[in-house]
Amino acid sequence: MNTDFDSRKFLKRDNNLTQLVLITVFIFVAMSIVSPDKFLRYYNFQSISFLFPEIGLLSIAMMIAMLTGGIDLSIIGIANLSSILAGVYFANTIGTDTSMSDSQQLMHVAVGAILALGVGTLAGVLNGFLITRMRITPILATIGTGQLFTGFALVITGGPAITGFPKYWAEIGGGAVFGVSIPFLIFVVIASIVAFLLSRTVFGINLMLIGTNAKAALFAGLKREKMVFLSYMMSGFLASMAGILLSARVNAAKSDYGNSYLLQALLIAVLGGTNPAGGKGGVLGICIAVLALMFLSSGFQIMRFSIHLIDFIFGAFLVGVIILNMVLEKRRGKS
Amino acid sequence: MKFFRNSEAVIGLIIIAAMILIGAANPAFWDLDNLFSLLQSNIIIGIMALGVLLVMISGGIDVSFPAVAVAGMYLTVHGMLLTQYDGVLLPFLAATLIGLILGALNALLVYRFKMIPLIVTLGTASIVRGLILGIIGTSMINIDRFPKVLINFTKSDIYTVVKPDGTTSGMTSMLLIYLGVALLIHIILKYTMLGRGVYAMGGSAESASRVGFSLKKTTFFVYCACGALAGFAGMLHSSMIWLCNPRDFVGMDMQVIAAVVLGGASIFGGSGSVIGTMMGVFMLVMVKNSLILMKVETTWQLVVLGVILIVATAFSAKRDRKSRT
Repeated sequence: MNTDFDSRKFLKRDNNLTQLVLITVFIFVAMSIVSPDKFLRYYNFQSISFLFPEIGLLSIAMMIAMLTGGIDLSIIGIANLSSILAGVYFANTIGTDTSMSDSQQLMHVAVGAILALGVGTLAGVLNGFLITRMRITPILATIGTGQLFTGFALVITGGPAITGFPKYWAEIGGGAVFGVSIPFLIFVVIASIVAFLLSRTVFGINLMLIGTNAKAALFAGLKREKMVFLSYMMSGFLASMAGILLSARVNAAKSDYGNSYLLQALLIAVLGGTNPAGGKGGVLGICIAVLALMFLSSGFQIMRFSIHLIDFIFGAFLVGVIILNMVLEKRRGKS
Repeated sequence: MKFFRNSEAVIGLIIIAAMILIGAANPAFWDLDNLFSLLQSNIIIGIMALGVLLVMISGGIDVSFPAVAVAGMYLTVHGMLLTQYDGVLLPFLAATLIGLILGALNALLVYRFKMIPLIVTLGTASIVRGLILGIIGTSMINIDRFPKVLINFTKSDIYTVVKPDGTTSGMTSMLLIYLGVALLIHIILKYTMLGRGVYAMGGSAESASRVGFSLKKTTFFVYCACGALAGFAGMLHSSMIWLCNPRDFVGMDMQVIAAVVLGGASIFGGSGSVIGTMMGVFMLVMVKNSLILMKVETTWQLVVLGVILIVATAFSAKRDRKSRT
């Protein structure tokens, strides 16, 4: 009976992925037909490979929080705060000092990155603490901490963007090795690790179980609180990594960067087969969903749609996917 | 002890204590001028919060209302300029209606497709804002183009004092509109079957439908009311500041939700009151206002807001846990 249940669940997951791949291919083909000369250019895919990683990491962070039936609305705040703190660190160490040797600069960049990741992880710890110890609902807890992190970012910068990141930092977000963008490589490494953690370790399986049925998981002796705590910590870490990539790409950090990313991360997480009620989700789905969204936005940008209309399209896409899933689910139930 | 279980009483006490403290730190707090502007700042956020309260009591959440408010005011004021319309009542009705329709869209998605309200309303917020900014326009309608009738409409005061230096300051009569809306919602929630259905659904949707409350009707009512109030509040806001900015109300969603939670409503639904929400709004506005009064840099506002929200939700989580066991 147990194996029967598993296979059915696997099939369902496969169904969702197939549907997602079809949507992505459809968007790709549609965009290629509408503007073949511009959409199919190498440059377009190259720019996608630089944008893809940050939004991908944020979506994975969102997905991990959703696995236990929660949500993390503070990821943008975490991303901005961590990159801003790194920026402050650089301003105080490297500053305008041009005489600094390369190895020293590299060392500082490494410290800055560790600082940013540390802040992100700590922010995740705060979320985890509020959710598991203080028992605040994830929505409210992360709305609150999101305001707090964005608030601190605003206090530190005073409003305007922090600029002048060191050149090696810019390399993280804009460099390429053998024609493959560095952020993309970073994303592949991190996504593989997360995928492994979620599908092949006790931690990942536990998260899924907690999300599927919290009570059963409790009776089975799973340490629910610890697992949920760890999941928010991980979400914070990933968000700060996204912050590093974002600040490295645009060579600046600001308290209100990437505001529209929150909706996109949610959209991608849901589109990628994550169940917002918990228990279902995976990295592969997220990757395909990011790709779908990237094709969609770059395609419309090529057609000179305003950014506002692209926001509209994302929202409509989210609602459309919800409706599509509902209709398909019903049809499956009938047949 | 029962007194302290009553969240309205607790918030009331906190507000009084905070007022005494703030007044001691800066006596300017008690100036009529300041008190008037404090009350005035309650109006818009308060009307929006009452709508969100309805949704939250029913167990849902709505983050699309700032976008809906923008749609209500921007479309209506644009329409007025195009048609050279010269009236007050119709524009407000139009803005309310726009809000109501967008609220119905939310309700449809939440009820019909059983999707999590947060995700639905994030989606519709993005749709509405994207459409307004992308198609209607991004430019502000300034005072020189703003309909004069609306400016004159909001200029009236209930009560005016003449200050020693000869200038006057008054309490805007728009406060009466806020109080009227609050009274209406209070009556609906307390004394009508519709209102009791909202509480019932928030307490337990299954039980509510078994005793005969229509979940469909209730869901549509709360989201439509929230949208309508947002549209109305948006229109009132632009009439009061004589400016119509399609980028307005960004970040307002979190503040209003904070105020409603501060006022004792539970995110799980089933509890919350008009009085509590009004006090929550007052508290939030007072803190923001007093930060300026105490010369705290405005950049700290978000931090303070975040801390208040976290502390308030931690307390209410604790209270919810106690009352359940």
